[in-house]
Amino acid sequence: MLESNLATAAPVARMAADGRHPGTAPVADSDSAVRRPGDASDTPQASADALLAARGLHTYYGSSHILHGVDFTVHKGEALGLMGRNGMGKTTLIRSLMGLVRTASGSVTVRGREMRGAATHAIAKCGIAYVPEGRGIFPNLSVKENLLMAARPGVDGQCEWTFERVMATFPRLAERLTNGGGQLSGGEQQMLTIGRALMTNPDLLILDEATEGLAPLIAREIWRIVREIRLSGIATVIVDKNHAAVSSITDRTMILVKGQVVFDGSSEDFRADPDLVTQHLGV
Amino acid sequence: MDIFSFLVQTLNAVQYGLLLFLVASGLTLVFGIMGIINLAHGSFYMAGAYLAFGLTSATGSLVWAIVLGVPLAMLVGAALEALLFVHLYKRDHLEQVLLTYGLILIFEELRSLIVGNDVHGVAMPDFLAGSIPLNDTLSYPVYRLAISAVCVVLAIGLYFLIQRTRLGMMIRAGSHDRDMVQALGINITVIYRVVFALGVAMAALAGMLAAPISSVGPNMGGQVLILSFVVVVIGGIGSVWGALLGALLIGFADTFGKVILPEFAGAMVYLVMAAVLLWRPEGLLKKGA
Repeated sequence: MLESNLATAAPVARMAADGRHPGTAPVADSDSAVRRPGDASDTPQASADALLAARGLHTYYGSSHILHGVDFTVHKGEALGLMGRNGMGKTTLIRSLMGLVRTASGSVTVRGREMRGAATHAIAKCGIAYVPEGRGIFPNLSVKENLLMAARPGVDGQCEWTFERVMATFPRLAERLTNGGGQLSGGEQQMLTIGRALMTNPDLLILDEATEGLAPLIAREIWRIVREIRLSGIATVIVDKNHAAVSSITDRTMILVKGQVVFDGSSEDFRADPDLVTQHLGV
Repeated sequence: MDIFSFLVQTLNAVQYGLLLFLVASGLTLVFGIMGIINLAHGSFYMAGAYLAFGLTSATGSLVWAIVLGVPLAMLVGAALEALLFVHLYKRDHLEQVLLTYGLILIFEELRSLIVGNDVHGVAMPDFLAGSIPLNDTLSYPVYRLAISAVCVVLAIGLYFLIQRTRLGMMIRAGSHDRDMVQALGINITVIYRVVFALGVAMAALAGMLAAPISSVGPNMGGQVLILSFVVVVIGGIGSVWGALLGALLIGFADTFGKVILPEFAGAMVYLVMAAVLLWRPEGLLKKGA
């Protein structure tokens, strides 16, 4: 099933890459920004299996312009790596997609349905689970409560991710069920937020800096789990500094520079072009 | 003080404290979870007492008044949240205080227009009108014991709701991180509405229960509001169990203050508050506990 997704996603991604190479004038962005939301489904990027997509997204924090007309697509079952240096707008993009920050213009569609401006819970209910930077666990709830409060069947009624399955995936959490969420180590907190996100039986899991500040061994454990989740058919958007690790487990890579997409292509192409790293990601 | 009058005063203190808890728990929940300072909370207590007066006159029994009045109070609470309080979540405390103080004035005017400024009494239900003799001279009214019993049942119910149900988990999670709760697909607006309506209903119920043992009259909300804030601050803002401890403490301080040091009775409650805050500036329990 994954293979077929890859096959459809890859040509689409390459098309996107052509229009978004470094040096592409941002004119194209403002053009797409005025496109009516209904037209989004006609564009090649928003193919029928697009799960979450954005067109010409502009976001401001006060008077500072953070996102400059970002186009973004993630397909069913696809794994997308979202990269960029600090402050380039990765987290803002995700928060814009989730409806957690107000966007100025553009469109956000979930399964082709316009959701820009919708409440965050409505967007999440469309099968999107978000693991934020800094993890967002509830320290005043026990580990078990953190998981149970989020439990619900997925969009198509799927209940594959039960409490038992999360326990089996994260045996470390099983030992700490009655602990308060705030008493966990960083790695355990990360496992808890990922486990909690899975309890919503999502079709898409967004991980923002999931391995930040974790010891290498724990980070490796997180990557193993992400790979496992990915193989279960859940689409993933992964934001992480470790571009080697991300590009090795994703189908597609996207690079943001100053709120604009400068690369959107297959992770294979990304790995083949070390200049991308030095130019856009190196310190 | 002999053992029997001590027992009577203790029961009075517990009953008074538990009633205060009923009002204060709503205040602390709304503040702790939604971040709203609701000065109009005492008005719900007052409205409950008048509701008890009106509905008892109409139906002939306080029991019916409560059965009808509590759902009514919940509906009014939900409507107030949807129309007014929903606009306060992202505003600062000054604006919250302005709106909710305005509501106090509106509620008092409405009361004056609808039922006038007379003081009323409400009859207690016949089956609770008796008293239990303790010795030759002292007896204890059954109705006061019934108030305590109802309050204890509600406190246990509230504990169960907040600690043991998924709704309670969502409420507690929402008090910590509203955005994260939403990102898990949970509609926090509905949860806020339920919490607010619950708070209004508990305050109104406290007013209804208190109606037969205290006169129903103008400005009865103000006194309760101040004491509720004392309870919330002593208990630790946002903590329901802190509110229970604080309310019982105030119940004892007020009741025994009046007996032991009658000339300082009015100051006793505030002395206790000052002492608690000197010892624990953040209140007895932390938020979320």
